[in-house]
Parts: sequence; structure tokens; C-alpha cells
Amino acid sequence: MYTSVTGRRSFIKKMAMLSAMTAAATMFPGIIFAKEQEEGIPKGNLDWKKAPCRFCGVGCGVLVGVENGKAVAVKGDPKSPVNKGLCCVKGYHSVMAMYGKDRLTKPLVKKNGRYVETSMKEALDLIASKMKETIKDHGKDAVSIYGSGQWTIPDGYVASKLFKGCIGTNNVEANARLCMASAVTGFLTSFGIDEPMGCYEDIDHADVFILWGNNMAEMHPVLFSRMLDQRLKRGVKIIDLATRTTRTSMAADRSILFLPQTDLAVANAICYEIIKNKWVNKSFVEKHCNFSKGLTNMGYGLEDKYKFKDKPEKISFKEYENFLEDYTPEKVEKISGVSAKDIKYMASFYGDPNKKVMSLWCMGPNQHSRGTWMNNLIYNIHLLTGKISTPGNSPFSLTGQPSACGTVREVGTLTHKLPHGVVMNKKHREFAAKIWDVPVENISPKPTYHTVEMFRALDRGDIRFMWIQVTNPMVTMPKLKRYRDGAEKEGRFIVVSDIYPTPTTDIADVILPSAMWVEREGMYGNSERRTQYFEQMVNPPGEAMSDTWQLVEVAKRLGYEKQFYYKEETHIEEIYTEYRKHHDNKKHNMAPLEVLKENPGMQWPYVEGKPTQWRFNSKYDPACSNGEEFHFYGKPDGKAIIWQRPYEPAAEEPDEQYPYWLNTGRVVEHWHTGSMTRRIPVLHKAMPHSYVELNPNDAKRLQIKTGDNVRLTTRRGNIVLPASVNQRGVPAPMQVFVPFFDENMLINEITLDSFCPISKEPDYKKCAVQIEKV
Amino acid sequence: MPIKSYLAHPHEGQKEALIKDLSAIEHCEVIPAENKEILIVVTDTSNKLEEDIIKEKLESIKSLKLLAMVSGFNTPINN
Repeated sequence: MYTSVTGRRSFIKKMAMLSAMTAAATMFPGIIFAKEQEEGIPKGNLDWKKAPCRFCGVGCGVLVGVENGKAVAVKGDPKSPVNKGLCCVKGYHSVMAMYGKDRLTKPLVKKNGRYVETSMKEALDLIASKMKETIKDHGKDAVSIYGSGQWTIPDGYVASKLFKGCIGTNNVEANARLCMASAVTGFLTSFGIDEPMGCYEDIDHADVFILWGNNMAEMHPVLFSRMLDQRLKRGVKIIDLATRTTRTSMAADRSILFLPQTDLAVANAICYEIIKNKWVNKSFVEKHCNFSKGLTNMGYGLEDKYKFKDKPEKISFKEYENFLEDYTPEKVEKISGVSAKDIKYMASFYGDPNKKVMSLWCMGPNQHSRGTWMNNLIYNIHLLTGKISTPGNSPFSLTGQPSACGTVREVGTLTHKLPHGVVMNKKHREFAAKIWDVPVENISPKPTYHTVEMFRALDRGDIRFMWIQVTNPMVTMPKLKRYRDGAEKEGRFIVVSDIYPTPTTDIADVILPSAMWVEREGMYGNSERRTQYFEQMVNPPGEAMSDTWQLVEVAKRLGYEKQFYYKEETHIEEIYTEYRKHHDNKKHNMAPLEVLKENPGMQWPYVEGKPTQWRFNSKYDPACSNGEEFHFYGKPDGKAIIWQRPYEPAAEEPDEQYPYWLNTGRVVEHWHTGSMTRRIPVLHKAMPHSYVELNPNDAKRLQIKTGDNVRLTTRRGNIVLPASVNQRGVPAPMQVFVPFFDENMLINEITLDSFCPISKEPDYKKCAVQIEKV
Repeated sequence: MPIKSYLAHPHEGQKEALIKDLSAIEHCEVIPAENKEILIVVTDTSNKLEEDIIKEKLESIKSLKLLAMVSGFNTPINN
């Protein structure tokens, strides 16, 4: 089944070389490997323009080479403090994603089961009239929009303004619910305010890096290279705590494996050790922390209309200490498979007052049926030891999309959010209504549907119209069949804005061709609170139009000309200037557009002409006002919360019938659902299709070798995939791993739609599966 | 099987000698920096034995001051 034998090997060689170049460049800024760097870059007078990379949430600065109206080359921007001139393999090839042969260039309308080309004007007229009709027949909560962390800031802003401010429905969600929601609720519950307190510069100061279920070598290769560089320079330690052996494990100083879901217990055991060994930073905790507990046995959201509201209750340090008695390293060893020795080993770094520790995580703790708790528990460790908000002491939640932070979290394109605050808060509604120039009564005080429930509502018929922009839910939704069948039911009208045909455009009634990345103007916001601007460098193909302008055009057709007053030539500047008003305060001020244009991005809070690198630390953060060294001003009393959160099992665990764990995730070659990277020949050739990774002992017992077809069966269905044994990653015994990038092998057909009851983020990392050779 | 990349630091003034020494080793690709005293080395071997042999050869080079591994991908030769 495996193809491209030599291609893949030479690709891996190229990646090995790129890793070394990356490491060298961080050691010697300005280093030149002329032959390799110039290879592939067309000769001639290229016009190099800066932009943030289109792909992951790291937000590397790139320079795009434009020649004769076409983007032809990419190189890392040496002025960018994010990547210091480096790029990963996806970044280097990013412009090629704009020039796939099957690029959508004309609007398509489904008529009698077939797609027919139409003009953009007619398509937008049709969308507006369908929205009006749906609202008239079924009410305003029957229309919805589903966007993503790839929405630029202006895209998300006008979507929120149109749906929440003008139409008056909170049916606004984004795919970041599927990847970042637990990080958000983790921040909100622990600190009362979203997004990391630290920044990437922490990497240059930390002595130890503990990676929590985070395959950084493949998912965040540029940041991982910065860590490797620090190991070369300063001998820092990298510890990979994961459920599966990956390239990150191989490069780490120590690889520690835990059983799925038991990271909850491991984190508590580390806290137990910190207290037992008197490593608690007492003065920090007394001055800056409270202790709380919440409800337990919350369920898993498997049923429609599931509701949960936590009831926080303050507890004493003593009560918290007593709770941790259930999590001695010896007891947790039995639950987690991590030896007591390894738990003590990790705790000793957190506890050592002379070691600066950075914890990094992404999908492992977030896509978790107790994701909010996992985020809380990592913060607990840093709060107990006072290792937070100072250079090198940093709990750092990474993101996977270029503007998951900038758009979804900061603009607030989730059902309960507003650009500043939440819909449930009257003052926040009044504040937004004033800027949006709408009656405050327009903004509903009630959140409607989070993502999974929104697709359930579409299936039930509570939602009749859905506009999907720049995301591919018909590949990414868990328990996919239910949601695809729901979307295809009679009486549903689906609009999809995208750049290529995908399984999601397959369910559309109208397909709008979108302008991609530097074919339009916009901004992204990355994981370290850095907002980056990019100009339009090339024209989009055919009638393709930016998602922002598609929404503006429809808003005008719906009668909201007053609110959508923007001129086509200047609308991005006008929208950004208006958006900044929502964050006009010391805690979140955004840099003006002219500053973004001149710089490789700027971190917020941007106060009196300066970005803020470390929040909550009065030395760096002008929003601190309590006269102390630290001020967790997101909470009314200025204190962060250390949460008592227990270990609870996953929604579905292996049993006799389904004896294996199924874990899903990503690969370095492809970005998420592969709709762009699978159109980049070198990346597609290197990783042409999905596979199932098995543990070598399991494979031997089942007489399965690499390339054999294996059927995976869960309670949701089955899928056949080629086996991968001892290749890239190695799952632990009785576990399998499948990447989700391949639309021809949709692993989400068989995953489970359980989610964290607080964040509503699905757990893609755990369900029970049966495997057999076919 | 293994593909590994290293940063190779030469002894002072011995960059050219190191390039020459490394280039003479089979399954070993050398990419020298244009403006710094450092080289990238990528090794591509079929099995552990070959890998051990090449590592031994690398470590015996006199012009080499320090060899630091950056990445190692254990990939089957036919894949």
C-alpha cells in the first residue's frame, strides 16, 4: 500500500537537513547555507513581502517572493522574533497551496443534484434570500455560521457582528472549539482571562521543558528546533510525557509513557510530591492563589442537549493536601503506568528553585474529555511552585491554526463570546452594541450551540441554514456519519466558502470560491499573543473573494448597510480600527495597523507603544495594579486558582469486544485535513495516504506487517487502513494511532463525540476499537 | 534505516579539512555554512551496523571538534 518509496526517503533526508539548518540558524543568526537555501528559488527580481505563515499557530514570519503577479517562493523572515529566519517543511512550500489544479474559481449552485456555475452576484443574492426566508420561517436561531482559526481577524469580526449584532443569534462557532476550547476554559477558570502569560522567548530562558502529550517535532517543528538549539547551547533538558513514542520522544532526553486519560493522575501526583517535599513557594501561593474544587462525575456530553454548569467552591490548602493523598506516586504508578520514580523525577524539576521550567502542550490535554481539568492541573504545578509569568517559567498552551488565538479567542467567534467579554454579561453586550451601532436588545444574552451541539441541531432541524467558511467539518467532526447525514437532510441549506473541493463542499447547496492568504489583506494572531498583518500580494483566481468581503456583501443584502459601511478598497483597515475599540484597555490593547505594517507582528497588550511579553508580572505588564510583584487581574480578587480536579476515566475505554485504544492526530507533512498540503506535490508524495500505527508486539501477535490492510471497528462503524509498524511513531501496547489528514480514509467515521463538559471540546484521542487483519 | 542530521564544529582554522574528511565518507552528505565555522552533516545508512560504523568514522576525524545530533529519523530503507 505504501507508495513513493524513494520520494519519501529523500523527503525525510531533506527534513533532517532542514532541522539542522534551523538549529544552526538559531545559534548563528544570519548564517548562510547558500547552495541549499537558494535551490528552488527562481532567478530574477523577486519582490519579497512579509506575511505570517498560512499554516500552524506558531505564526512564523515568512517572506513571500512575488514575480509577475504570482507568488513563487518563500523564505523565513530573519526579522521575525518567532522563527528568526527559519521555516518548517510546510512553510517552505506554502505558496504552492495556492496553485492546485482544481482551485475553485467560480461560485457553484446545486441544481437538481448537480453543481452549476453562476456569478458571484447571483450566488450572494441567493444566500441572502435563503437567510431571510429561513429567519422568517424558522426564527433567527435557525441560521448559523461555522468558521475557523484560519479566519483572519476581519473575517471573524464581521461574522460576529453580522450574526450576533445584526441578526441577533449567537449561532456563531468555529473549529477552534475542536482544538483550543479546553485551553480557553483552562485559562478562564484558573486566571479569569484567556491566552498565555508567557511567550516564545521563554524557550531561551528555560532549563527544562516538559511536553505534555505534545509531539512538537512534527506539529511545531520551528519551536522544537529552538528548544534543540538551547540544548546545544546550554544543555537544557527535554522530557516527553506522552501516550505514544514519536519523533519528539526520540529527540527528547527522556521519554515517559502514560496510559490514555491518566495524565490527570500524573499531574496530581506531581503536585503531591511538590507539597510533600516542601517545594511549595509559600509566599507566592499565600499572596497570589486561592484553592477551589468543582463538580465531579460530569458525564461526557454524549446525549443531545447535554448541559453542565460547574459549581466552584473554595477549599483550604489543607483540604487540597488531603485530596492529593489519593495521588501518591506509588498509587498513580498503578493507574498510569508511569513509574513512581519517573513521577518523582519530573516533580523534582518543577520543585527545584534553581531550575526554570516550561510546560508545553497542545492537543493531548485539550482534546480530552477532562480537557479543562488537565489545563487547570498543569497550571496548579506552576502556581504551587511560583514558576509562572517570569522569563523561562512558563506554562504554555500551543495552538494549531494561524489565528485560533487572534480570531476565535480574541474576536470571540464562539457562541458565548463577544470581542470583549461574553453575551451573558449586560455591560459587555452594551459595550459591543455601541461599537457595532446596533440596539443592545439585538444581542441575545443566551449562548446557543457549541460546535458538536450545533451540528446536532442541524441534524434535528433546529438549525436550517449553515454557512461554513475556511474549515472542513465533514472530515473533522467526530462520529462523522451522524453529522454528514444531518447536513444532507431535506430542508437544510448549506453554504461553503473554500478554495478547493472537499468533503464539506460535497454537502453544500452553494459553494463560494474564497481568496486565500496573501490573495487578500488581513491579520492573524498567533499563540504568543502576536498580531501579524499581511497585505494582498497577488490577485485571487477567477471570481474568488475574501471571506470578509463575502460576509460584508451578504450583510448589505440583508439590510445592514449602516453597520457594514466599509469601502471595498479600505475595508480591512476600517474593520481593524473598529475592532481595536473593543480592546481599548491596558489588559488587551491591540497595536495600531501602521505598527503592524512596519513590524513582524506585535504582542498585546500593546500599551504606550510597547508590547507585553510576560503578563501578570508587574515588571513587564502595565495592567498590574495591586502593587505586588504579580497580579492575576483576570480574577476580581487578583488571585489565580489552584483547582482540585480528580482523575476520572474516559467516556469509552477498551473492553473485551473493543480491546484497543484509538488515538488520532496529525503528521508533519500535512496540515490538518490536508485540503491544502495534499495539493503540494512534494508533501503529498511524501505522505500520500493515511495508515494505522500499531505496536510491534501487537502486530507480531496478529501477524500484521507494514502495508497489510487492517480493519478498525468501533461502536460507530469500521474503516480499513494500511498498517504501519515500527515506522514513524510507535504506539504503546494495545493502542493504535491514525492520522486524520486523508479525506479518502476518514477516521472520524468511527471516533466518538464525547467532549469535556466545561469546554465542550471533543476527545479525539480516546475511544475503544477492535482491530483485525483483512 | 537511520537518517540523521548533525551540526559539525571544526577545530579552529580546520573547516576546509573537515569538509574534505567528511566528503570522503560514504553515505554522508555535507553542507557547509558559507559564512560561519559550522557544517551540516546528513547520514543515510541501511542498518544499525552501518550507522555505528559511520559514527565511529565521524568521531575519529581529527579536524572535528564537536558533533551534535539534531535529528534522527529511523526510517526503513525501502520506505
